[in-house]
Amino acid sequence: MWHRVPANVLALGVVSLVTDISSEMVTAILPLYLVIGLGLNPLQFGLLDGLYAGATAVLRLVGGHVADRWRQLKAVAGIGYGLSAICKLGLLAAGSSVAAIGGVLAVDRAGKGIRTAPRDALISLSTEPAKLGRAFGVHRALDTFGAFLGPLVAAGVLWASLGDFNAVFVGSFCIACCGVLLLVLLVKDHPRPGPAMAVPLRGMLGLLSIKAFRRCCGWAAMLGLVTITDSFVYLALQRRWEVSTALFPLLPIGTAGTFLLLAIPLGRLADRVGRWKLFLAGHGALVLALLLLCGPVKSPWLAVAALGLHGAFYAATDGVLPAAAGPLLPEHLRASGLALLQTGQALARMVSAVLVGLVWTLWDLRPALLLTTAALLVVTIAAAFVRPWSWKEAR
Amino acid sequence: MKKILAGVFGMLLLLGAGTLYVVQARGGGPAVNARPVVSGQVLIAPGNLYFRNLASGPDEGKLAVVPVGDPAGARRVGDLHCDRFATARSTSICLRLKPGSLPPLTEMLVLGPDLAVKHQETLPGTPSRARVSPDGNIVNWTVFVTGDSYSATGFSTRTGLYDLKAGQLVKSIEELPVFVDGKRYFASDVNFWGITFAADGNKFYVTLGSKGKTYLIQADYREYRGDAIAQNVECPSLSPDGRRIAYKQKNPDGTWRLAVLDLTTHQVTHPAESRPLDDQPLWRDDKTLLYALHHDNTSAIWSVPATGAGTPTLLIPDAASPATR
Repeated sequence: MWHRVPANVLALGVVSLVTDISSEMVTAILPLYLVIGLGLNPLQFGLLDGLYAGATAVLRLVGGHVADRWRQLKAVAGIGYGLSAICKLGLLAAGSSVAAIGGVLAVDRAGKGIRTAPRDALISLSTEPAKLGRAFGVHRALDTFGAFLGPLVAAGVLWASLGDFNAVFVGSFCIACCGVLLLVLLVKDHPRPGPAMAVPLRGMLGLLSIKAFRRCCGWAAMLGLVTITDSFVYLALQRRWEVSTALFPLLPIGTAGTFLLLAIPLGRLADRVGRWKLFLAGHGALVLALLLLCGPVKSPWLAVAALGLHGAFYAATDGVLPAAAGPLLPEHLRASGLALLQTGQALARMVSAVLVGLVWTLWDLRPALLLTTAALLVVTIAAAFVRPWSWKEAR
Repeated sequence: MKKILAGVFGMLLLLGAGTLYVVQARGGGPAVNARPVVSGQVLIAPGNLYFRNLASGPDEGKLAVVPVGDPAGARRVGDLHCDRFATARSTSICLRLKPGSLPPLTEMLVLGPDLAVKHQETLPGTPSRARVSPDGNIVNWTVFVTGDSYSATGFSTRTGLYDLKAGQLVKSIEELPVFVDGKRYFASDVNFWGITFAADGNKFYVTLGSKGKTYLIQADYREYRGDAIAQNVECPSLSPDGRRIAYKQKNPDGTWRLAVLDLTTHQVTHPAESRPLDDQPLWRDDKTLLYALHHDNTSAIWSVPATGAGTPTLLIPDAASPATR
């Protein structure tokens, strides 16, 4: 299974795995560090934190554009990875200053925003078009596995250092540096033949004149607008099945576990049956998951099934969308195009979270879920009939 | 080949450096207490001031006690570690972070007069506030949890209580019906924190936070309902005579200051403590407030008259979570 994926994709996957161990280590202990280690008031901090989410989306566009303009996908991705690595030491240096910690986290997010588009463009350009689904599946599986390991490594470091938070930051920094080292040594940049071409910023928006890509972006954003945020899914699940609060953190692990297991098989399936079809089927899985959450039957097995379907939704959409869109884009603008697509989707999902929150406040969680489910079903069916491009073209 | 060698060598170097740091962090921590400590059993008795010892040394983080009349005296410490501690009558509550748990879990211990554990619960989140009702029948707590609200990165609070007499555990008072301006209040982002019980063991006060506002809720435990009676009141603390509430009031710049609300006249006075404070204040008697103040990576317990007269006094340096009997 592995050897049929280009070495470059495997290398990028390993870099993501190592980097995700590093970043999830910090994510896992950050609340603890703020409250217990520094005695900060976390409610205030949560507010600060939320402001950065929007900035990441914009930086993704910048990363994609700069990577295409410099014709240096690897270098731009490397800058993103490097920024995030340095931030781990920044947390150590920030001490107990809320402003400094907020700043460091913002730079860390910026690093993540910058590297995503050039990395996905590299995966897309290193793979022959027929195997893109599999390639992205392998990458996302490795990525998720890293996120899985992060908290475990952090717990291990905390245990070994007798609860020293700084040791976790230093450990995270060292692991992040390993990720950068692996990127520098193992990942090959995609050679761009031909003379240097000026890529004006307008070039990015100009991509929307490609009919198939424009439709793809449009539907991705439309679907993003009716896609429910993870936290709502877990909250609904917890309320419905009265999941013990101590077990609550296990719910995301259920989703991630299914994502990890299904990313590669579903990626391969996407290559065979059509990526757009599978992308929509993934949204169908989410509809089913939501119906189980709101439905009349209340068996614990349905809760497990709902989590499984939620993971399947990610496996069928997260890597499949760039795999579907990549071949629609000219090679020299691939990072820009993928950045545009994913930013649109991400912004739409942010709006969705606010909207669902509003409906929830007005009516309650269940009506909010039912409304989203209905909207999601309608948009998914519509997207299946008005396809962005004909299937033959997409293959 | 060169590349592989360089990679292996570089990674070994990085991981080695990381391991070295972890190992040296392990040995860290001074062997001598920065402030003198007397070892021995800590007992719950009137006229004592309990707190979390934060003076660096082997006894850092342990529950310590000094006589109220002699706060500068040597701290007596036992074996009990608590992040938050409160006591009333013969009942005490100790909240502490469960070591090595990720995501974080809090151990909630209900302790008897000899500080022996009578009841124990594991709660998700990190310890924030703890109190015991004046009759010693109900212990309550607030913990911080993550991933509970729809802003995925946000924090929220969860407040619960344990009724010793009934043996009943309320893991979260989130379902408490609350009325604002006489109307039942519903919102997805409702958070409760910082309970304080009245002497009758039934009436209690708590903070309700929602949509950027905080309300002081006056609630009835047996009827299980509450009414908002004031705004911008956080971490309420009822005076022993039941007439005033000390709390932290939010400043326009987002910091908090100490304030006292008269429940009959609704008049707010500001004690002579103007520094930003983030603690649930404690009444030492009907005239004096105790609170912990963070400063330079440590915390100290201060005392100030509740009336607005006088000046703050440093009571116990390197200490947090004051509790008296």
